[in-house]
Amino acid sequence: MRRVAIVGGGHTDFVFESPKTGKELFAEAAMEAINTSNLKPKDIQAIYCGNGLSDFSEGQVMIQSYVADDIGCFNVPATRFEGACASATLAIRDAAMWVASGTYEIVLVGGTEKATALGTPLATRTFAMAHDSRYESPTGLTFPAYFAMLAHLYSLKYNIPLAKLKEQMAMVSVQSHEYGVKNPHAQFKKEITIEKVLSGFTVASPLQLLDCCPFSDGAAALVLASEDVAKKLTPKPVYIVGTGQASSGRMGSQYKYLPRIRARELAVKQAYDMSGLGPKDIDVCELHDCFSIASIIAAESLGFADFGKGGYLWEKGETRIGGKIPINISGGLKSKGHPIGATGASQTYEVAKQLRGELADQGRQVEGAKVGLVDTLGGDGILCDLILKVD
Amino acid sequence: MEYKLTFGKYNEALKRNKLLGLKCKDCQTITCPPKMTCGECAGVDLEVTELGGKGKIVTFTTCYVAPEGRENEVPYTIVMVELDEGPWILGNLIDIDPFRVGMELIGKRVKLGHKVFIGDKYSNGDAARPLFSFAD
Repeated sequence: MRRVAIVGGGHTDFVFESPKTGKELFAEAAMEAINTSNLKPKDIQAIYCGNGLSDFSEGQVMIQSYVADDIGCFNVPATRFEGACASATLAIRDAAMWVASGTYEIVLVGGTEKATALGTPLATRTFAMAHDSRYESPTGLTFPAYFAMLAHLYSLKYNIPLAKLKEQMAMVSVQSHEYGVKNPHAQFKKEITIEKVLSGFTVASPLQLLDCCPFSDGAAALVLASEDVAKKLTPKPVYIVGTGQASSGRMGSQYKYLPRIRARELAVKQAYDMSGLGPKDIDVCELHDCFSIASIIAAESLGFADFGKGGYLWEKGETRIGGKIPINISGGLKSKGHPIGATGASQTYEVAKQLRGELADQGRQVEGAKVGLVDTLGGDGILCDLILKVD
Repeated sequence: MEYKLTFGKYNEALKRNKLLGLKCKDCQTITCPPKMTCGECAGVDLEVTELGGKGKIVTFTTCYVAPEGRENEVPYTIVMVELDEGPWILGNLIDIDPFRVGMELIGKRVKLGHKVFIGDKYSNGDAARPLFSFAD
């Protein structure tokens, strides 16, 4: 298998109620990715498009084919990846495989979503379609409710009083907003306080409004190429050196592991093993903070903290620039926004930027970062992890 | 290969307050709600068995933001219950004030009833779910 690199990327602003269509959002990010890779649309051999819900938000199935045509990649194979919030990460993993296998030299991968077009009730309904429709959804289960139940389990299992855990969770959100202010693409560019998080409207107990990421519109895209081609196109190729993916059954099926998410532990182990790297080698991480508690659980599964100790990473500032493991320096899903089909591409774009050292002017560069980790969770869950590295 | 216990049969039984599961003849594990194979060993030598419908709450939440069409149900409390036979099953909890429930719920003994979600245009019909109340 050949080495595969990210050559260039594109990223729209993440916003509430974008006036653009999902296709337009993808096309704007895609053209930026193609242009910054010094390529033309005719150079793209295949397209991999993450998209969760355009069927419901815009009445558009098969968006990938229209995207390909719109950006002038006429008649190339274009495939949609649907893995709820992990859609684009799955797309990147597969795109990388196709290049690594030698089938293609240059491909385009990304994701797009217009979740806010749904409005909150239908968005809540359609997001909840990622639960088991027959055995879970009839209870009124929603994603906040799912992670709310994990928060209670976490508090009990690790013997952390709920009030203490809630404070640690609030710190996760506060940090995300602090960095989101510095990200020009972020949906929320506003700092918040622990007190504000703890006084918010309860969405699903114990999660309050600012424990939850928003509904968002936006897109992100990347050009991937084989190592030989990448070196000709850019002085700073970012290699995809490890990938992993795993699935889960419904919540009750995971009873032996919860609040740990077994699929994440399996997926990241695949990525670590493939790359020959481990948690201590990671300089910067974008992880799936759909809810504040989700960040704490993820940080542990990825190997950055002992189980039950993830919250202390945020409490002690270890997740900030200069800390042991800088996490979500983009603002994360919480502050940057979470257009679900685009999120994995956005996370990967962000880590690639960090590894190229291109974020100093935004005041959020992790100095000297060489290895980064992308972690995305879809539903409850499909997990996909990517390890990126610069030579 | 046909399902030993389909959603349809499970759903019809639950509407009569009968909770059906599958017992694996290889590893003795009970799988509920049903799947094609044993949830533990992926075995296919399964027999349909009726569960007692009793267990204890392992986690919960009270939900204040509902999916479209169910706004008039909020606030509602969702519980994950560990059945006496082993499986974890999701349901709703009644006989409580959903605004006031807290960590004290965890460990409480409950017994099964049911309530039918009538369905919406996406759900391909109705689906009963367990409706738990405190056991005596």
